[in-house]
Amino acid sequence: MSEQKIDIRHVATLARLALTDDEVERFGSQLEDLLEHVNVLAKLDVSGVSATAQVVESRNVERKDEVRPSLERETVLAQAPQRQGAFFRVPRIIAEEA
Amino acid sequence: MTNESKTGGIEKRSARAIASDVNARRLSAREVTDAILSHVDRVDDRVGAYLTRLYGLAREHAGRVDLRIAAGEKLPLAGVPVAVKDNMCLAGTRTTCGSRILENWVAPYTATAVQRILDAGGIPIGKSNMDEFAMGSSCENSALGVSRNPYDLDTVPGGSSGGSAAAVAAGEAAIGFGSDTGGSIREPAAFCNLVGFKPTYGRVSRYGLIAFASSLDQIGPLTRTVEDAALAYDAMAGYDPMDSTSINRSLEPTADALRSNASESSSAAPKADNSRTDLRGLRVGLVREFSTDKLGNEIDALYQQAYKDLAALGAEIVEVSLPTAEYGLATYYLIAPAECSSNLARFDGVRYGLRVDGDDVGAMYEATRAAGFGPEVKRRILIGTYALSSGYYDAYYVRAQKARTLVANDFKKAFEKCDLIACPAASSPAFGFNAKSDPYSMYLMDYYTIPMSLAGLPALSVPCGWIDVKGKPMPMGLQLTSPLFTERLLLSTAHTYEQSTKHAEKHHPEVPW
Repeated sequence: MSEQKIDIRHVATLARLALTDDEVERFGSQLEDLLEHVNVLAKLDVSGVSATAQVVESRNVERKDEVRPSLERETVLAQAPQRQGAFFRVPRIIAEEA
Repeated sequence: MTNESKTGGIEKRSARAIASDVNARRLSAREVTDAILSHVDRVDDRVGAYLTRLYGLAREHAGRVDLRIAAGEKLPLAGVPVAVKDNMCLAGTRTTCGSRILENWVAPYTATAVQRILDAGGIPIGKSNMDEFAMGSSCENSALGVSRNPYDLDTVPGGSSGGSAAAVAAGEAAIGFGSDTGGSIREPAAFCNLVGFKPTYGRVSRYGLIAFASSLDQIGPLTRTVEDAALAYDAMAGYDPMDSTSINRSLEPTADALRSNASESSSAAPKADNSRTDLRGLRVGLVREFSTDKLGNEIDALYQQAYKDLAALGAEIVEVSLPTAEYGLATYYLIAPAECSSNLARFDGVRYGLRVDGDDVGAMYEATRAAGFGPEVKRRILIGTYALSSGYYDAYYVRAQKARTLVANDFKKAFEKCDLIACPAASSPAFGFNAKSDPYSMYLMDYYTIPMSLAGLPALSVPCGWIDVKGKPMPMGLQLTSPLFTERLLLSTAHTYEQSTKHAEKHHPEVPW
């Protein structure tokens, strides 16, 4: 049994994932199992080693700030789960005053 | 000559042979396409390679190719049937990533790599099945369909590009698009007697590839021959301004390197990247940490023979070491899930895909993602989120990124002693359905392929023999990898090995062939 107890419910909240109680238990134990395997990295000497974010030459790429054709708005909205005019319609974001 | 006899056996023909016939007008793209679609109708109910068959679109593209040929054009992939993995956007087609969350989503644009293959004359036959969001090594994680290995329909085709592998192995395409993050092109290729090629990171545009792990994902071909893989790569690779990780570097064509005469390499020391009938002058490294003696007598013997075959072709075999290779799995299973947790945050029910309503927007996000994602995707999002969360970020994600540097450095050191490395593509042939119910046992299938992905190296799998599994001969793959940007060397070496051993031709699939 791993010493690592992951607060699955907290992580699920961060990830915006609703989990059933059964999933909390099942994923909890599967992830603790994975972490046990992954903890082998603690043995590696990484002092003085820089982190790799990109393996091959990396440079930020920018383009000229000029208007270019993009996807048509109608194309983008065509598959919106819910739309209202030129907008994606979503449930309430800000809670009503009590 | 009836159409039937003209296109008889078309499902077995190489992309090169088909393109040659279509360019010479011995066949029309439309004839090829109709014959392939008939073959799909005959076999795909059992193979399950395609989530969507593109009858109309295929015929439309075939018509356009025929017009271009009639106008005098010659196209490198004229009339070649292509399977497009379902995480690649093809305008007007359902693009699902094997997930319920995109089950009915239709792509509004086409991925650059796909467009280039179509511009080269390729015909899109179908969107192929895959492990959901490319997470898996058997195709069993698809939420939308079951794909089977054409060499034994009771075994998996591998993953995550299992549908494309099944399609090409069953003759339902000559080129399959795959994507490889930790082995998802190479492993299914090995399972299905195919060549599976993952180019150097940045060689093929990721624009239009629905992202899993952005620093690891690469698109590449699955084919029945090395030459076809080279043709496909030549057509799809190259700088794309739409992908900010696309490498702006000159592209050496690879297919021509496979076809030059033996006589051209008669001068003193043949350069390692010219076509040749032998591998003299080439140093092939065998990795101490990848010794095959742990894989059982039969599999060990198979790989020892493959290494002997390389030596018989004139290669100098040297032992090399990748001391941090054993940390590859741990490194990958932190970095990839972390990147995926970020990439999959966009699937929230707001703009596209599945939406499950909620009282407020947060509830909508949670319910949508709970209903839309399968268990493996949820596991990886959770572990990724955990590895990136406050308090754990340095211990997990940053440490893994540093381990990644060490893996890349190990390869650089090894390549001082050798020109290429040879090792297995996978530890076993294709296994049966539900054989790996424990997630970690499935992750182990990536053991040999992950280190190359972490280092961004070009790598491929080429058929290297057959193992008896319950009375059926099942294929296994030899993995070759070489330094960054040396695709020409890699493909020409694989081609020489393939032409001298011809393992792929020894058995044919269970489906009508």
